[in-house]
Amino acid sequence: MNGSLTDGPLPKKILSPHLIVIWLFLLSLPLWLLAIGGYYSIVTQVLILGLAAMALNYLLGFTGVLSFGHAAYFGLGAYGCGLTIKFIAASTPLGILVGVMVGTIAGALIGALIVRLRGVYFAMVTIAFSQVFYFIAFRWNSVTGGDDGLGGFERRPIDLFGFTIDIQHNQMLFYYFVLLLVALGVGAMGLLLRSPLGRAQLAIRENERRARFLGLNIERHIWIAWVISCGFTSLAGALYALLDNFADPRLLYWTFSGDLVIMTVLGGMRSFWGPMLGAALFVILRDTVSSHTENWMSFIGLFFVLVVLFFPRGVLGMLQRRKGG
Amino acid sequence: MLVTESLSKSFGSLVAVDNVSLSVPAGSLHAVIGPNGAGKSTFFNLISGFFPPSAGRIVFDGQDVSRLSVTGRVAAGMARTFQITEIFPELSVAMNLRIAVEAASGHPMRPWLSRHAEAGIEQRVAELVAQTGLKGKAERKVGELSHGDQRAVEIGMALALKPKLLLLDEPTAGMGDQETEQIAELMHRLHREQGLTIVLIEHDMQIVFRLADIITVLSEGRVLASGTPPEIARNEAVQAAYLGKQES
Repeated sequence: MNGSLTDGPLPKKILSPHLIVIWLFLLSLPLWLLAIGGYYSIVTQVLILGLAAMALNYLLGFTGVLSFGHAAYFGLGAYGCGLTIKFIAASTPLGILVGVMVGTIAGALIGALIVRLRGVYFAMVTIAFSQVFYFIAFRWNSVTGGDDGLGGFERRPIDLFGFTIDIQHNQMLFYYFVLLLVALGVGAMGLLLRSPLGRAQLAIRENERRARFLGLNIERHIWIAWVISCGFTSLAGALYALLDNFADPRLLYWTFSGDLVIMTVLGGMRSFWGPMLGAALFVILRDTVSSHTENWMSFIGLFFVLVVLFFPRGVLGMLQRRKGG
Repeated sequence: MLVTESLSKSFGSLVAVDNVSLSVPAGSLHAVIGPNGAGKSTFFNLISGFFPPSAGRIVFDGQDVSRLSVTGRVAAGMARTFQITEIFPELSVAMNLRIAVEAASGHPMRPWLSRHAEAGIEQRVAELVAQTGLKGKAERKVGELSHGDQRAVEIGMALALKPKLLLLDEPTAGMGDQETEQIAELMHRLHREQGLTIVLIEHDMQIVFRLADIITVLSEGRVLASGTPPEIARNEAVQAAYLGKQES
């Protein structure tokens, strides 16, 4: 179980062997992806959804707080990015920046209202807030495109030191662009979890009463974890809008929050990388099953139930346990 | 160090703590005993700030803390353990203690640590491991340890806060003889060698009479008697209400 954040002390070295394997895998993916019949839009989507699920898990798995409304911040990131590129300036970095800011600020404000709630009450209120944003996107036709979604914008090439990186037309370059931002997000969360801040959040997950009687300000810590989680979720949302050059109101709908929770639990919410694996399983299952039947969700549901019943620590948790003996 | 003045707490019509006044001088070990339902745990919860009193005052280290939050009282120098051990079960001994040390260091929200701060924290954790007799178990997951060792971890976390006053709620509850002795030994060292002020709720009379400087007996929320162990042993009201019952 080396390297798992929940077992024993954190490893001293940040570059542990399994991390090197993960990053080599992701970096080398374009070399062999096409040869095995894969395509870029799928793997890029996995990376983006994986980032969102890992951000959700920063809250669920490492602070012990269940949000059922993360679609709101994913969707705000997507709409913030899309609307910026469409109406303000055709700049990819600006779009991402605005998307992340919109999602994070909304998260900070809503978080301040709800951090005193616990458990089911907290989850219910997060759903309610996400539905508010859904209906705004759904109704405000003239700006958001309403039910049809927000189109009419395209991600732009990036100019860097006189070079133009054409992520607009070159899918491989866009993959690497997404990988870079996902790496920054995942790396930042990994470092935070190894800091006093992250350990205080683990303490709240483990035993809120004990944490309080150590003098920790529980509400403030939950709020910080919530804002961090919302921030990286909205980064994922902004990237998602760039992937298809489209923002769908269903990204704000509560069932999408559910999808993120499913990915997280499927992969393993006690392991740092579990949600990324969960996102991969979710997307691959959806794509293979949906080519045979429209009822793909019932297969994912069945798979989810089996995993929860037999491997409560998720697929990655199970693999780690087996390896650890 | 700690003074309560006519402290009362009622839940609806039930008066759990009724007009309790006592004074704990610095450096003493003060035991609170009494039959089940006497209000001992409620009294502890009042002192540590779990809920506010219905009436009366709590003065700690010269400061009225009656309305202070838990966090405020911890900052003022109080630390407590619980009747049912409250620890971080999935984390290692070292990590449990480390979280407590970082919480006490005044910067539990730092997203990074300097090498200097890191070294200081590690040294403090090692001290606490040694102090609580957990050497060799630092990397073990706390949830897998024996009851006595888990209690030692909890006391270690309280000590990490460098408290002026340590509140121990039945630290030997549900333990075998050997574990009880382990915890008694630890309390003895903290009190005699380090001069820590301790308020102790305890059912094990042998331990109470061996360790305590002063014993307060609660019954039905009121102070029945307060005095040195020999005085309490001689007190007829106590014998009738409490000790007598145990012998029969």
